[in-house]
Amino acid sequence: MRGKYEIMINSTLKMLSGDLAAGKVSAEELAKQYLQRIDALNPQLNAFISLDHERTLAEARAADARRARGEAGVLTGVPLVHKDIFCQQGWKTSCGSRMLDNFVSPYDATVVERCAKAGLVTLGRANMDEFAMGSSNENSWYGAVKNPWDLTAIPGGSSGGSAAAVAARLAPVATATDTGGSIRQPASHCGVTGIKPTYGVVSRFGMVAFASSLDQGGPIAQTAEDCALMLNVMAGFDARDSTSLERAGEDYTRDLDQSLEGLRIGLPREYFAEGLSADVARVIDDAVAEFRKLGAEIVEISLPNTELSIPAYYVIAPAEASSNLSRFDGVRYGHRASEYRDLADMYEKSRAEGFGSEVKRRIMVGTYVLSHGYYDAYYLKAQKIRRLVSNDFQDAFRECDVILGPVAPTAAFNIGEKSGDQVQMYLSDIYTLSVNLAGLPGMSVPAGFDGQGRPVGLQIIGNYFAEAKMLNVAHRFQQVTDWHTRAPALSSD
Amino acid sequence: MSLTHQDVARIAKLARIAVTHDEIESVGAQLNTIFGLIEKMQAVNTDGIEPMAHPQEVSLRLRDDVVTEVNQREAFQAVAPQVEGGLFLVPKVIE
Repeated sequence: MRGKYEIMINSTLKMLSGDLAAGKVSAEELAKQYLQRIDALNPQLNAFISLDHERTLAEARAADARRARGEAGVLTGVPLVHKDIFCQQGWKTSCGSRMLDNFVSPYDATVVERCAKAGLVTLGRANMDEFAMGSSNENSWYGAVKNPWDLTAIPGGSSGGSAAAVAARLAPVATATDTGGSIRQPASHCGVTGIKPTYGVVSRFGMVAFASSLDQGGPIAQTAEDCALMLNVMAGFDARDSTSLERAGEDYTRDLDQSLEGLRIGLPREYFAEGLSADVARVIDDAVAEFRKLGAEIVEISLPNTELSIPAYYVIAPAEASSNLSRFDGVRYGHRASEYRDLADMYEKSRAEGFGSEVKRRIMVGTYVLSHGYYDAYYLKAQKIRRLVSNDFQDAFRECDVILGPVAPTAAFNIGEKSGDQVQMYLSDIYTLSVNLAGLPGMSVPAGFDGQGRPVGLQIIGNYFAEAKMLNVAHRFQQVTDWHTRAPALSSD
Repeated sequence: MSLTHQDVARIAKLARIAVTHDEIESVGAQLNTIFGLIEKMQAVNTDGIEPMAHPQEVSLRLRDDVVTEVNQREAFQAVAPQVEGGLFLVPKVIE
């Protein structure tokens, strides 16, 4: 008889997958241990919106049965957390909103379906900013998520629950989405690894829509290698998403161990200008020094329209959101006000009650910029700037293979520090928004800490479909650094 | 640019979001701050620049005109606020 299996605090997907295959642990035992850890530690973090132990254990037993039949894949029996934005049949899919607090999804998102097909076991549903609108996770109807490294700090957003859960080792991996930095910024603030693939690589079907030309799903995990394994599951053409790209499947782990000798790394001078904190600058400088040691060449590049990505994004994203969120009318699903005079009153009251203040603000900004007579001045103008931002990247990629820089100007700020000032919050998205506007892949890798002990991530930006190369760059960095193995000290008392 | 209370009321109406009399002032102030940020875009010359709608510029796929979905009315209506006889109920719209 083997002894009781204990999940090691830093068990990666890779390790869990190996232990499951070797019969050292069952999926059910693994799920039970993670659920115990969640029950003990989550109350202080608020990283989850829904937990359903019975459902989780049923999925785990099904994974064990599948293994017994000899039908297990690489990740069969490995537990994960889904961001509450991915529709999952039989689970409440709230998207962090009161509007969908009563919505139990009748169907699975493609990402959920692909994870289930791989045999991954759902531990629960991660908290998030309402409809993925936010950079701090303070905009959730279910309350703010706390940063596991410092409970007075924000975890970042909008995928704050996903990042906090992986950082606190409540799950080895989580799904997430990124419209303007919502995978990379919380990954950076929580000291975990996350990748937003090229737009069109991961299906948006069943992923509650925020800004459809920018939204893209991806994984958050401890290591680049785990992100590669997870991307192998999540990515792929889907006829049900009209912007899904018809491409041959890829093995994202294929280049992990490639040498970085001669790799040309571009450092955009605009990312190191005024506004970047000294702590973050130091962490990025140290990371760049590691890459030099690995044989990479450093080239200075310019992305001159970086600052314009903020106004362009805050026109395009709200415009698309106002259109997407018009579906929440209190008729077919979601919140309906209890009292109303007529149909119009029912719409107006249901939406006023169902949406939080940031979502309402963005819907109103979007409604205005798309209203009669203003389209050219705002939406069309923003789309032209989007072209300029995208051209900057294409010019830069003639001189370098990947771009490195900060994810955010500072480490995580305090809960409540910026919640009264939207514009300050929007300005902190400066290094991430342009990647979504251009549709490029971007990632965040743990690279150090600020003076207060809060994590700082390094951003890696690649050209279209360069995910395997970026994962290689991140993996080699993680072979010579140990930032990704650091875990916050949490106790259940 | 500065939005007046009437502008805010009109936007709220178009967005189908009830904004009370007491909220108009603060909502207007917040929107004006956001538009202050957005207006920075107007200083840039974008003459002759092709607007970019979508990163991959692919055209929409066409599929064969065949039935691909099965009827799931009961499953979909199970999450509706009010249904009767297979229909979604709303307040009377035609007298």
